[in-house]
Amino acid sequence: MPQFDPAIFSPLLVWLILTFVALYLLMSKLALPKVAAIIDQRAERIEGNLAKAEQLRAEAANVLLAYEKAMADAKAAAQAELAKAGAEIAAETAKREVEFAKRLAEQTSVAEGRIKAAKTEALAQVKAIATDLAAGIAGKLTGAGVDQAAAGAAVDAIVKERA
Amino acid sequence: MSRQGSRAATTGDDIVADAHSPLAQFEIKTLMPLDLGGVDASFTNASLIMAVVVGLVTIFIVAGMSKATIIPGRFQGMVEFFYEFIANLLKENTGPKGKAFFPLVFSLFMFILGCNLIGLFGAITVTSHIIVTFALAFMVITVVTVVGFVKHGTHYFSYFAPAGAPMWLMPLMIPLEIISYLIRPISLSVRLFANMVAGHVMLGVLGTFVVGLGGLFFALGAIPLAAIPLIFALEVLVALLQAYVFAILTCIYLNDAIHLAH
Repeated sequence: MPQFDPAIFSPLLVWLILTFVALYLLMSKLALPKVAAIIDQRAERIEGNLAKAEQLRAEAANVLLAYEKAMADAKAAAQAELAKAGAEIAAETAKREVEFAKRLAEQTSVAEGRIKAAKTEALAQVKAIATDLAAGIAGKLTGAGVDQAAAGAAVDAIVKERA
Repeated sequence: MSRQGSRAATTGDDIVADAHSPLAQFEIKTLMPLDLGGVDASFTNASLIMAVVVGLVTIFIVAGMSKATIIPGRFQGMVEFFYEFIANLLKENTGPKGKAFFPLVFSLFMFILGCNLIGLFGAITVTSHIIVTFALAFMVITVVTVVGFVKHGTHYFSYFAPAGAPMWLMPLMIPLEIISYLIRPISLSVRLFANMVAGHVMLGVLGTFVVGLGGLFFALGAIPLAAIPLIFALEVLVALLQAYVFAILTCIYLNDAIHLAH
């Protein structure tokens, strides 16, 4: 095999060293930093985007929290308003009830007074009519004039007796 | 010995003298004689191919990254694939401390891969020369040994006495460990060399058969001809695999030296 001819070793080694050192220098100084730069740049960009996404997520969470708080506040305010309105209505109703009861009582007592007066008047008229009737009937029966006052006293006595 | 023409042909090896021999493809041909202070530094076909590989690898990466964007195109994606492939190989095998050796492992992988592949397309396969693969393996072992002593000082010798092994086994273990350490450059270089030679000889033999059998009877030549694409595809796989094996073993040896672990 030609590979084992020692005469070729020297030129092969010399040129292997020359070319491999050249390749190593080209790779380490020129080619690989270019690739590393873009890969680093990409990694940074991805990291940046991830950080931004995380920040946006936190912001969204804050907004949600604020919204929930606003909702809770509005609910509480509405409930307070409702309670207040309910209390006002209850107070108004109670006031009106009291007023109505008072007016009712007044009107009742007025009506009762009127009824009482009417009753007293009617009773008085009944007595007068009874006296007149008693005096008239007695006059007709006896033919003599009957004293009005005596008739009245008699009616009174009978009424008292029957009562 | 003549510096002109085929060097190997002048060595008196009869098989090689035949230009149609499957071994003829491994011959080193001097393109320009050169002498550096008594050292033969002639520019040969192998020198040319090594220079071409260095040029192609550099152009591949620099051109691929010339219009580099955050979202890579196909060409840039291919360059980044190789970069990430070797970067991950190194990271998985040596951890974060191995990062300094990335340019070395990357250069080794690309150089071997380039030489392996370009050899399949008619050029001389530089990695089918034992002196080249041995030089590369020797460099790897030298780097590994230097790293081991720089990181751990004389404590690096403890690498040869595996922790946990019983004391009475030490007289056996230590010589075995030393032999296994010294054999690394040989196994590393012979593996690559033998794989490259075997594949190329097989393709060469098949090619000879096509001509030989086809000369006897035209249709007979079709049989080895049909096998050539299959063997060629297999050789592409071997070229990739051997470059990968060389790179991963370099990473493993580096890990041993950095972390003093078996």
